[in-house]
Amino acid sequence: MKFIPNSKTKEIMLKEIGVNDINSLFSDIPKKILINNIELSDGLSQQYTEKKLRNIACKNKSLNEITSFLGGGIKPHYIPSFVKSIISRSEFYTSYTPYQSEASQGFLQAMFEYQSIIAELTGMDIANCSLYDGVTAVGEAALMCTRINRKKTFVIPENISYDKKSVLSNYVKGADIEIKEIPFDNKTGKIDIKQLEKSVDQNTSGIYIENPNFFGIFEDEVDKIAKIAKDTGALFVVGVDPISLGITKSPGDYGADIVIGEGRALGNPISFGGSSLGIFACKKEFLRQMPGRIIGLTKDSDGNRAFCMALQTREQHIRRGRATSNICTNEGLCALATVTYLSWLGNDGLEKLSKINFENGQKLAKKICSIDAFKKVFSGVHFNEFVIKYEGNIKILNKKLRENGILGGFEIKNQFPKLDNCMLFGITEVHSDTDIDRLFKLLKVISNV
Amino acid sequence: MYRSAKYNEPLLNELTHIIKGTVKPNPSIPASLQRTNKINIPDLDETQLVRHFHRLSQMNYGVDSGIYPLGSCTMKYNPKICEDIASWDNFSYTHPCQDISTVQGNLEVMFELERMLCTISGMDYFSLQPAAGAQGEFLGMLLTKAYHKFNNDEKRNEVILPDTAHGTNPASVTMAGYKLIEIPSNKNGTVDLSMLEKALSDNTACFMLTNPNTLGIFESDILEISKMVHKAGALLYYDGANINAIMGKARPGDMGFDIVHLNLHKTFGTPHGGGGPGSGPVGVKIKLEKFLPVPRIVKKNESYFFDYNAPESIGKIKGFYGNFLVLLKAYIYITLMGGDGLREVSEIAVLNSNYMKRKILDSKRYEMPFKELRKHEFVLSCEKLKQEKEIRAMDVAKRLLDYGLHPPTIYFPLIVKEALMIEPTETESKENLDSYIDALIKIADEDPEIVKNAPNNTTVKRVDEVGATKNPILTWKDI
Repeated sequence: MKFIPNSKTKEIMLKEIGVNDINSLFSDIPKKILINNIELSDGLSQQYTEKKLRNIACKNKSLNEITSFLGGGIKPHYIPSFVKSIISRSEFYTSYTPYQSEASQGFLQAMFEYQSIIAELTGMDIANCSLYDGVTAVGEAALMCTRINRKKTFVIPENISYDKKSVLSNYVKGADIEIKEIPFDNKTGKIDIKQLEKSVDQNTSGIYIENPNFFGIFEDEVDKIAKIAKDTGALFVVGVDPISLGITKSPGDYGADIVIGEGRALGNPISFGGSSLGIFACKKEFLRQMPGRIIGLTKDSDGNRAFCMALQTREQHIRRGRATSNICTNEGLCALATVTYLSWLGNDGLEKLSKINFENGQKLAKKICSIDAFKKVFSGVHFNEFVIKYEGNIKILNKKLRENGILGGFEIKNQFPKLDNCMLFGITEVHSDTDIDRLFKLLKVISNV
Repeated sequence: MYRSAKYNEPLLNELTHIIKGTVKPNPSIPASLQRTNKINIPDLDETQLVRHFHRLSQMNYGVDSGIYPLGSCTMKYNPKICEDIASWDNFSYTHPCQDISTVQGNLEVMFELERMLCTISGMDYFSLQPAAGAQGEFLGMLLTKAYHKFNNDEKRNEVILPDTAHGTNPASVTMAGYKLIEIPSNKNGTVDLSMLEKALSDNTACFMLTNPNTLGIFESDILEISKMVHKAGALLYYDGANINAIMGKARPGDMGFDIVHLNLHKTFGTPHGGGGPGSGPVGVKIKLEKFLPVPRIVKKNESYFFDYNAPESIGKIKGFYGNFLVLLKAYIYITLMGGDGLREVSEIAVLNSNYMKRKILDSKRYEMPFKELRKHEFVLSCEKLKQEKEIRAMDVAKRLLDYGLHPPTIYFPLIVKEALMIEPTETESKENLDSYIDALIKIADEDPEIVKNAPNNTTVKRVDEVGATKNPILTWKDI
């Protein structure tokens, strides 16, 4: 079974159109570069392909076999079967960007609902229907700030992930935007407000903060930050962990202009860092500067409700070199998973989920810190991740944990040299008290040796 | 007669009464951040939700519903086995920061996929990080910058591309800060060598080209083009959106391209997902290897590692390692097809396209400007229909929907008036192609009023797209 039905009818077809053989359809390729085979193995049957992949899959350990307490912004979350069932509908996953709205009303309506829910969640007026991931969303936000106010310095906290810093610097290269880093407060782990105040001026295009930040700490001086932004004419950009919004304010409620985030946790598998979803929402006044596809509600020729892509004149397929972004293929199916996931949770469910993540975060930190060799590094209140300093060797510790089926904290020395011997622990609703106890006991034993 | 499902399905927030209310603030959270108001997400039962999304799915057309010949999008069948395997926990439930010893399978897939893509395209190395073709293009521009900078040749600030280029090409060029130089195509619909010669200079950083181009025409002068571009000190970039036409027949690496992106969600059978996730790996010749994003995947003593030690690397373009499950599905697809299978993919994709083209042109209802021989896609013009019957490409597209057929890409490339850009792919049967041809011929002969008022058999009638932009209603709060 090879998915090429006309393998069998090609001679008939060639004859019907008066072509001698297949090769003459390729006569426009210069002889010098013409080849007639690809040096790959022969194709395998589906049965053998599955067998081959089983052997490869065996070389991985899934998070079912090994319990992860890794922090660093990506953690396992529970995905309801309902979500998997809906995104497995092939009417959805085998379709493409809904250029033909009359044949795509289902996906369009789901994306309209996604935008609506994301706007509610973030406290913004509007949202697009996805960017690649939360990382590139920072880059797109920085570019958008400069498009809006023509200013050329984008301010970020020192403590964001290496991936974000690197991607951001690549995204802003072409627009000559300078990135200015604000150090974190060594005690609290929050952004150093005094330094921020000093660094922001009339040339600042935007101030980016994360809530909770990379160290898992809540940035609670948001009203001050919003004021600093407002006073200098900079835009206030907030990156969120959407799961935290069940118990914390929406950034729109504390003055954010643009809200972005990684949406993988909302119904998408962790998939080795794939299946990402760039959340992007903003105030309505910035609509025409927004990157990405946006779905709108309109009418059909009978006056009935209908959906279609709106404001396409911002986009590359219409505006080409003057588009707000080059994005074309986005993360549609991940956005679909997210709208199904959030509607499955409902507002009460999200609040509950948020609370469990927060409480587990407190529980785990308390447990770990009850062992002498481990200390919480920052005093700020954390959500479901936190930084722990270990007085022994992290590599040996993590190796021993691994031998016992546990992935320990994420070492952050490479990214933040002053945080030697420190690691980020992370926990979510998938961790049970038994998991926490198991980790606790092992940490106790290993650190005592 | 075809009829698509129509449910008048309410929005999620209309399915139930959203209880606006307050939340008891959580005293453990810093006071300034405590949530006090409920989020306006409806609380619905799973039964209600299943019906809702099930109905929405029925009001959506995918490749599994029927032929989907969107030009340059390569909407081929997506093998079910790829979806099945990608859902296994040992792939989908693995953490990107897990110790490398526990994800050797994932690294093997990525390492092997990189080698496969090199073999298919004739490039030396690939980065699997870009999330989509457009991001691959952007990465290509960053690599171009890094290359010229490394060679102390930073004055090169222009990128040239033909007027047939995909819209993402110019957008990626300007996003990277380059000046865009667009050159008109010649009367054959291909690169005009004299225009290219004129445009090339000491300021040229790169020339971007799709081959076959968006008209479906193979750029037969490619070797000459490559010589010219390299003589000017510039790099040659290959937009691989159309490589479904030439696998096992020619390789961009052999044509002289220095940087290549491929779209795994087009050529390698991974689903388009209603707009993504996709994957747009970027391949380079050895002289550009050191600039590729980190981490690279290396194999030492039968084990795989991530290598971050690359001082000249541009860094990262996306979080972690790319859309891993898409990479996995492409790996499975290539494993299924094998070298000969992929060559047959291209042969039949080109045969299907030329078969449709010939039959439609023989009917004399549509015209096709530019050269006769096409590869995997071809671009018809409805200009004659417009002149004679006031039927536009948009009308033909909408009328096709009434026949239960997905329309082609329309109004692109821009150099064809009233364009219908048709890419049938290799996974459609002769019978399906014949029905599509018949429908196009029938439509041209129909009462123009019927065509102009189409569609009638779809979930909604013709949608007012202008209205959606003029008076934007973008969330349920706006209603």
